[in-house]
Amino acid sequence: MPHRAVPQLICPAGSLPALKAAVDHGADAVYIGYRDDTNARNFAGLNFDQKAMVAGIRYAQSRQRKVLMAINTFAQPGRAAAWQRAVDGAADLGVDAVILADIGLLDYASRRHPTLRLHLSVQGSATSYEAVNFAHREFGVQRAVLPRVLTLAQVETVIRNTPVEIEVFGFGSLCVMNEGRCWLSSYATGESPNTVGACSPAKYVKWEKSPGAMSTRLNGILIDRFGDDEAAGYPTLCKGRFEVGGETYYALEEPASLNVLEVLPEIAAIGVAAIKVEGRQRSPTYVAQVTRSLRAALDALASDAQHFQVKAAWQAELARVSEGSQVTLGAYNRPWR
Amino acid sequence: MSEFFSIPRFKLPRLVAAVGAKLPQWPHSLALATALNAAARAGLLPADSVAMLEGRTFVVDVLDAGAHASFTYRGGVFRPLWQLPQDPDLSFSARLSAFLQLLARQEDPDTLFFNRELTIVGDTELGLLIKNMLDAVELPRLPQRPTLPIFRH
Ligand code: SF4
Repeated sequence: MPHRAVPQLICPAGSLPALKAAVDHGADAVYIGYRDDTNARNFAGLNFDQKAMVAGIRYAQSRQRKVLMAINTFAQPGRAAAWQRAVDGAADLGVDAVILADIGLLDYASRRHPTLRLHLSVQGSATSYEAVNFAHREFGVQRAVLPRVLTLAQVETVIRNTPVEIEVFGFGSLCVMNEGRCWLSSYATGESPNTVGACSPAKYVKWEKSPGAMSTRLNGILIDRFGDDEAAGYPTLCKGRFEVGGETYYALEEPASLNVLEVLPEIAAIGVAAIKVEGRQRSPTYVAQVTRSLRAALDALASDAQHFQVKAAWQAELARVSEGSQVTLGAYNRPWR
Repeated sequence: MSEFFSIPRFKLPRLVAAVGAKLPQWPHSLALATALNAAARAGLLPADSVAMLEGRTFVVDVLDAGAHASFTYRGGVFRPLWQLPQDPDLSFSARLSAFLQLLARQEDPDTLFFNRELTIVGDTELGLLIKNMLDAVELPRLPQRPTLPIFRH
């Protein structure tokens, strides 16, 4: 049977147990971040301190898996040194690559650490091959993570026109607005993923229980109200229900998780180098569940692409852990261009 | 958790909640505080995160058992509260099966939240801190297979 090359599986780790869960369940690489605002999941108690980082990198690399360090927020005025130190630290720790978004930081990393492998973060918002090739030419970027706004045909066009490896999102919560350029969180709270490392930071979130319903408020603004039998989503503005033209509905995006299982053969066929799982904020349990399902699907595809079929068990496991308990193909199969 | 042991999703009969609510609540609080202190002493809870709980009050509400536990963290020790605080900093409520699944790492807290099986009211950031603190705990690896007792003939 012909053995087909399949994309690598890149999994999230917000803690050491999550990293181990990813490695144990078949991730090819894990991505991690520091405990500060140099990464876009700067949540209380999440991420790695120095000790956990050393242990995590050793755990993964000794099992021939890669560790990618996300330093994917934008250096804030007067504090650029903190981001540069993060890059230096990652290089010292011996990570396999750093995932960067800030152009200034890409420039710093490429000059200061010429042998350090650079990935362009989704927060860098490169949606065209020109943008990807620019990052390659100027900073030697070797892989780019594409935003979740492109159709499969558009992803293919990028791949055909660049020497840079292309990584796309395979599963997880959606951040839909040209990542890196969304103002919704800043509008409501004054803070956004790119500045403080979190969308709709928890300190602004309030869940209010009332008989038969739960309301979500972000900095006082009511963004959704769920009946007791309705599935909930993350308290981000994009997943709120708003009154538009006299109707109240998910005007921007439904709370749902992206799931590419159905189009996995196409993703592999067009030459995607890696698929990424979102969710460093989630528990080791989620990481294990998602990694296990996607690994099984990728292995099935690798061993017999002709007869690849999505198994109901994979879909069921992925649907259960999804935001709003539903999955979507996102932009991949949208008819628009 | 291993494939050999899984906690099913269940709901205790209403009667249990009705009776449970009438029982004194402090034994639960005492048990929970004792367990947390033991975990802290064993070095399982990251010190920097635990320090951020100082002076805060918590309520854990087991809906279908009609039971709740309340405790606070003061002077480096988890202490049970004998009386249910009026306005706790944070309260978690869920059915017993959901709490057990969480503790056994069989279910992800966000999943339970999305499915409306876990409710968190109060200081959301504090809730996130606790969730992440518990996720970072390295549980001892359980044996892959239940070891059956060996009988001598
Ligand atoms: S509001 Fe939504 S689209 Fe905007 S940054 Fe947050 S998650 Fe992304």
